[in-house]
Amino acid sequence: MKILVGIKRVIDYNVRVQVNRDGSGVVKEGVKMSINPFDEIAVEEALRMKERGDANEVVVVSIGPEAAQQQLRTALAMGADRAVLYQSDEEVQPLAAARALLAVVEAEDPGLVLLGKQAIDDDSNQVGQMLAALWNRPQATFVSALEFTDGVAKATREVDAGLENIEVELPAVVTVDLRLNEPRFVKMPDIMKAKRKPLEIKPFAELGVEMPVQLETTLHEPPPKRQGGVKVDSVQALVEALKNKGVLS
Amino acid sequence: MSEQQGDIERDVMEYDYAIVGGGPAGLACAIRLKEKMPEAEICLLEKGSEIGAHILSGCVMEPGPLDELMPAWRDNPPAICVPAGRDEFRLYTRARSFRLPTPPQMHNAGNYIVALGELCKQLAEHAESLGVEVFPGFPGRHPLIEGEGADMRVVGVRCGDMGLEADGTPEGRPGPAFAAGVDIRAKTTLLAEGCRGSLSKQLIARFKLNRDATPQTYGLGFKELWQLPAGRTTPGLIQHSVGWPLDNSTYGGSFLYHLDEDRVYIGFVVGLDYEDPRFSPFEAFQQFKHHPDMRALLEGGEIISSGARTISEGGLQALPRMEMPGALLIGDAAGTLNVPKIKGVHQAFRSGMLAAEHLAASGTPEGYDAAFRASAAGRELHKVRNIRPGFHGGLWLGMANAALETVLAGRTPWTLATHADWDSLETRASARAHGEQAAMAANWHQERSLPPRDRLASVYFANTAHEESQPVHLRVADTSICATRCAEEFGNPCTRFCPVGVYEMVTGEDGGLQLQINASNCVHCKACDIKDPYLIIDWVPPEGGSGPNYQTL
Amino acid sequence: MSSVLLIADHDGKSLNTGIARSVACARQLGTVHVAVFHAPDADAPCAAAARLDGVSRVLSVSNPVNGTPLAAVLAPQIARLAAEHEGGYDYVLAPSTTFGKDVLPRVAALMGVPQVSDLMEVIDARTFKRPIYAGNVITTVKVPEGIPVLATVRIASFQAVGDGEDAPIVAAQAEVELPDHTRYLGLVDTGGSDRPDLQSAPVVVAGGRGVGSEENFQVIFKLADKLGAAVGASRAAVDAGYVPNEMQVGQTGKIIAPDLYFAIGISGAIQHMTGIKDAGCIVAINKDGDAPIFEVADYGLVGDLFTLLPELEKALDGA
Repeated sequence: MKILVGIKRVIDYNVRVQVNRDGSGVVKEGVKMSINPFDEIAVEEALRMKERGDANEVVVVSIGPEAAQQQLRTALAMGADRAVLYQSDEEVQPLAAARALLAVVEAEDPGLVLLGKQAIDDDSNQVGQMLAALWNRPQATFVSALEFTDGVAKATREVDAGLENIEVELPAVVTVDLRLNEPRFVKMPDIMKAKRKPLEIKPFAELGVEMPVQLETTLHEPPPKRQGGVKVDSVQALVEALKNKGVLS
Repeated sequence: MSEQQGDIERDVMEYDYAIVGGGPAGLACAIRLKEKMPEAEICLLEKGSEIGAHILSGCVMEPGPLDELMPAWRDNPPAICVPAGRDEFRLYTRARSFRLPTPPQMHNAGNYIVALGELCKQLAEHAESLGVEVFPGFPGRHPLIEGEGADMRVVGVRCGDMGLEADGTPEGRPGPAFAAGVDIRAKTTLLAEGCRGSLSKQLIARFKLNRDATPQTYGLGFKELWQLPAGRTTPGLIQHSVGWPLDNSTYGGSFLYHLDEDRVYIGFVVGLDYEDPRFSPFEAFQQFKHHPDMRALLEGGEIISSGARTISEGGLQALPRMEMPGALLIGDAAGTLNVPKIKGVHQAFRSGMLAAEHLAASGTPEGYDAAFRASAAGRELHKVRNIRPGFHGGLWLGMANAALETVLAGRTPWTLATHADWDSLETRASARAHGEQAAMAANWHQERSLPPRDRLASVYFANTAHEESQPVHLRVADTSICATRCAEEFGNPCTRFCPVGVYEMVTGEDGGLQLQINASNCVHCKACDIKDPYLIIDWVPPEGGSGPNYQTL
Repeated sequence: MSSVLLIADHDGKSLNTGIARSVACARQLGTVHVAVFHAPDADAPCAAAARLDGVSRVLSVSNPVNGTPLAAVLAPQIARLAAEHEGGYDYVLAPSTTFGKDVLPRVAALMGVPQVSDLMEVIDARTFKRPIYAGNVITTVKVPEGIPVLATVRIASFQAVGDGEDAPIVAAQAEVELPDHTRYLGLVDTGGSDRPDLQSAPVVVAGGRGVGSEENFQVIFKLADKLGAAVGASRAAVDAGYVPNEMQVGQTGKIIAPDLYFAIGISGAIQHMTGIKDAGCIVAINKDGDAPIFEVADYGLVGDLFTLLPELEKALDGA
């Protein structure tokens, strides 16, 4: 089985994101960029599947600027077999990304598409579900455990009520959550090997995506600062205040 | 090398040249090596998560050496690059400031204020395009040494292991994701770790490279990048100061560089030979920011990023021998910075390029030390060698001596010795008043209006991160000293000199004081390795990719 | 007036509490119809939805396949329902629970329109605020004219509506071919502790360095049990070894948004605050009256936690 993994280049999760001066976006100058952490977990899961014999090829794909090659190289150094970058300097919102991935899926014919549950930049949490809809295939989102038997995947999902299991026939789209695995460290010799692995860069337009209507972002602003409240002088006063506020019954 | 896990199988990678450290010295050396010897196999290790992540410098750069190294840099300048404008040198008192004549070394016409981290990223790309293998996220952890006595030579470095878990032992144990560090074997290893490099420190001791040098001395520098309300800046304006809040006996001062887009770099450097055990360099910097002049500039602005790093201040007389069999020290790993100019970047470039040229010409590290001392970089250090040590007698004597040395261009017939920073502290019993510095030791944050609120808030702007399960990388040889002798004699100065609050004395469960190390705050400045009065703190590199992620500093 | 279709999240017995909050958002936009997809014998959530103030109709979509919350099965029905109503609903909303996040993008893709995730504030009929970068940036987004607005509602941003007059419950059908490639196997019995999950608990009690030791942390657990709350900790407490790392709240730990958060012996470093900036109400108990936590806490109590916590427990007993 071939696994297609989608990865996105995002501002590293250790970086404190700040709104730029005119509110048109966030400060990206000098900021460290990385693979979206959830996508990295998706890559790791694909590699483990290959190592277990559940898959025989791992293809990583990204949509983004030319520099997103760095993140694809990292995925190759982790162990992916080949990579494709659909280069776009414009913003590609979730529906357009899902349509683009559908075109990739039609060309690559994977048995499984693994994606992060969401990108930590726009926090949309949409692409996997949208791709599954357009592909008319099952989806398993927020997955924290995954098993395969005879063309069927059993997925454990992290839902508000706890954990739930679903079964999906393959091919399917699986979006992964934090607890699925812990991605491996990239090893130095593998970085060298990754330099020789195939990485294609194609223009986004090549996918022939019919561009959907996109949301228009008019302003970025920092969240409102939390205002301090009052100091109470006794436990009784505290309990009373909490009750009055309705947060304590 | 008792602390290495001998039974772990490691990959070995062979190179002609292994460079440890992706700062200006290491990158300049890599580029020049590849230019001189295109066939040479070269790798460059960097402990930060990416090139530039751990780079922090003033930085008003003399462009000459960079023009020589990468002439095209001016066509595609780094993210922050502002031509130097007017220079001002000021003396501060609590409420006022006075303009002083700018010392000749501090004239900056033709220089550039740059974000060195950004410049390093560009240099790394250039190096990679020439074929250098650049490995960010991989610290050099141990030197590989073969032979004994006169035959002893450096044969490479062992990279740090990944995925170690704390288990109470200094080295920890392999966790589930453990990946053993690779052994890099190289014909020549170049230590370009910057000030107080952890491998350099070991090799200087092992090969007794400082036998003929006076003790290296250091400064601790802080830097913040601010975004200010529109209209307050004069792009290119460069201000340096001495005086308040430091007392006469403490060496140091401020810098303030006006950038474009209503931004400024503001920073403070303190000589780590300060004497007052109650002194907190971080608090001094914050207090300086609250001087009426600075407060008026900064109020209403926001910090974009901040950090701290030590610099080598010992100059020529403290410069260790820069060569040993199989390896060279370059840049601030040796200590090539010019203190009176407060500039090290051009010197680092020069020493890196010179090392490459020397290796290309001679094929051996031997002779590099003499070549460096005879070079423009070495001559520059000779000229100013007596200025920084002249401040040992305080600010006024130092300034007078500096004037004399400057007029004579260093042709004075003597060379002043340096003194080690770790034994400069007065004991609590003997500590003098030190003017307002004593007040700074007390928490005065109540009257503080500018961010950051405290050191923990400051470290937030350094984007620092360490995998929390790893063993503590700040090794304290004997923590019993902390609660007993140190508490008694010096009042635990580590809790004050660390710029990010790594060291805390807390009340333990038995009611006694004990040392708490908040290793994950560490910004890799190395001040603790230098200033601890018992020399029991050993800074070792944590898991690769840990530490600050400096943004345009 | 615009029409809003709100998709109910429920477990066959009761309505998810996020629905009452989502109605608060939905009624700002137009007439609210709540669609409840359920199995024939599990229609109790319809009545619960009908009671909510601001709901003008409940669409009861009964079908044996709707007994389990599978996005692949529900999404085509929702898309059909959304399109059929008098030329189509102007808005299709779902709460940003894991259910809503799972199903609504699938609907959006079928309808060929973009989705606004985590809508936190209505500016006007087509302009909304939503958080990105884990809430560190708030964006204002505009949905272009000519298409229905699809959005998940960030429930922490809206106060639940109360009960109002019962709205009519109308049976509805969404005739559409449904896939059988996805099967629901059920919730996993995690056995484990009775304590709620830190990430989703409405009340969290967290301890910091001020708690002093691993043994002392029992006072935090005791208060949490009294409140039915989850337990968290600051990094300082984790670093000091009082509790394991998975309990860490903050920048390098979990980012949570409970309705009520007790910060006990926590100084309130900025790194900790980034983990609770969306908490509904923050209570701080600390002996250092100058601790930064008091600058952000809704209610602060200065004093010794070992005296105050037992008092608090007693006061709660009496409550």
